[in-house]
Amino acid sequence: MISAILTVCRKEILDNSRDRRTVLTAILLGPLLGPIILVMVINLTVSQARSSAERAIHVPIVGADHADNLVAFLASRGIRASQRHGLTSIDEAMNAVRNGDREAVVFIDASFGDELASGTRAHVGLVYDVSDSASSRRAGRIRGAVNAYSQQIGALRLLARGLDPSVVRPLVIDNFDVSTADERSSLLLGMLTYFLLFATLMGGIYLATDTTAGERERKSLEPLLATPVPRSSLLLGKMAATVVFMLLSLALTLACFMVALRFMPFEQLGMSTSFGPGTALFAFLVLTPFAPLGAALLTAVASFTKSYKEAQSYLGFVILVPTLPLIVASIMNVRPSLALMAVPSLSQHLLITNLIRGEPIEPLMLALSVASTLLLGALLAYAAIRLYERERILG
Amino acid sequence: MIEIDALSKRFGKISALSEVSFRARDGRITGLLGPNGAGKSTCLRVLSTVLRPSKGTARLGGIDVVAEPLAVRGIIGTLPHGAGLYPHLTAVQNIRYFGQLCGVDRPTLSGRIDRLVQQLDLGDIANRKAKGFSQGERTKVALARALVHEPPHLLLDEPTSGLDVMAVRQLRRRLRELAGEGRCILISSHVMQEISALADDLVIIAQGRIAARGTPSELAARYGNRDLEEIFVSAVGGES
Repeated sequence: MISAILTVCRKEILDNSRDRRTVLTAILLGPLLGPIILVMVINLTVSQARSSAERAIHVPIVGADHADNLVAFLASRGIRASQRHGLTSIDEAMNAVRNGDREAVVFIDASFGDELASGTRAHVGLVYDVSDSASSRRAGRIRGAVNAYSQQIGALRLLARGLDPSVVRPLVIDNFDVSTADERSSLLLGMLTYFLLFATLMGGIYLATDTTAGERERKSLEPLLATPVPRSSLLLGKMAATVVFMLLSLALTLACFMVALRFMPFEQLGMSTSFGPGTALFAFLVLTPFAPLGAALLTAVASFTKSYKEAQSYLGFVILVPTLPLIVASIMNVRPSLALMAVPSLSQHLLITNLIRGEPIEPLMLALSVASTLLLGALLAYAAIRLYERERILG
Repeated sequence: MIEIDALSKRFGKISALSEVSFRARDGRITGLLGPNGAGKSTCLRVLSTVLRPSKGTARLGGIDVVAEPLAVRGIIGTLPHGAGLYPHLTAVQNIRYFGQLCGVDRPTLSGRIDRLVQQLDLGDIANRKAKGFSQGERTKVALARALVHEPPHLLLDEPTSGLDVMAVRQLRRRLRELAGEGRCILISSHVMQEISALADDLVIIAQGRIAARGTPSELAARYGNRDLEEIFVSAVGGES
């Protein structure tokens, strides 16, 4: 019986490894899709963070001649006065921002120097559009810089009168951000398990279809069923081959992530990633019990359907099912608990997220995750065998 | 020896076989003849244990298909309609897979495959993928696949459909040889000429029931006709 299972498994692996479509989805598409999307999202995040923090911006300053020192101070904060902006009045500036030609414009009145010198309040105009996030972000940066300049002058004036500048600033906020670099990265890498589960299922989707509905459509099912091998052994062999492809897809996806994440500028986001070979191996082991579960699920559905096309359209939906607990979990922001370890796919997600956060994994949780996943997998495999043993399987 | 007694098979409300009884003896070719939809394939599928009978019994080599389906599958070779092969596997790989599933050990298996390749003239296509095979090539490979464990019973469903004249002649010769080796061969067809050239015994089936059975000459005597085709038409009650 074991030898028959192995014979079927070997044949399905050989057969499907010669099928370009199977290889394309299992070995190429699944493993590359996740890392590429994640790299794109991370790059976008990094470039946005940069634009709001470090990068020098050019801002039209109308009347820059009236406030040399202020302009120099802003330049030291990375806010440069753009040359030849062609704006002369506050109305022109407002029109330019409203039309979207400029994100923000600083307007300095001719009386600015005199007001500052006489000790009365000097005015700086800031034109921006709060409904436009880029404009709003830029205005915030300018406002912060102008406020800093204002405080600096105020402090100097107080000192000149022999007063401590802290007199006018009785309260100070001290910021304590308790998130560690590992935790910040786990927010972004929460997507990782989603992609890993997805790639694992993608690795099996063609095999599950091909070995059941596909075999029937090619008319090789009837002679196969007439061989002296129990149908349960035939189907177990087919599911074993599906598991092999799923694990191969998972391993390749993890390898792709390892390479991709190495080149990501996580430090610039204040994140650290510890996604080395050790983490990848642990993630592989945690997700391994998920492969038989997925294979049994896909095979059961494919055995139930009447044709290859029907199987494919059902499986397109079915591969979303294991990702549902993840979506609920990320909305509810759940933390790992023993009860949640009984939910396959969610338990793997929580364990891997924990690992990336750099928190310890409880052996009991791990054991429960493995046990519950394998149990559900066994139940689904039983269901698949029962469906395969129906007479109607011949169509 | 295939023994079928009062065999019935229903699919829901549809009765595909009702009270069918006949024998197919060893060393002879028995032709199961009938129009499309008469129940020929259903009968062969019950014998290959892929379908369960609703009523009645069927035994191959004395083994009951319901009581011991696995044992029955060990002593039959089947060539179902369509002769589906695995397109990504070569002819030899297709044959070897079934040999392994039938539990033929490795050294015996390679010897048998070599012999089958020679006997069925498969040399040119032995190591080509089945994807581009002609219908004749597919049938030959499927026949080799059915023979790889040297079964005493052969169940062939419309083996000659889609074959050219030369291929049909070659197949007939081969089936004669196999019967000469003492095998019990049951072959279904809806083509009268096909069977008349090949079968020792005939079972004519129509609408799930036996319409007539006997040797070709017995049938000719009973129906007072010489031509088997006439017998077929009058037995199935067609052409009114």
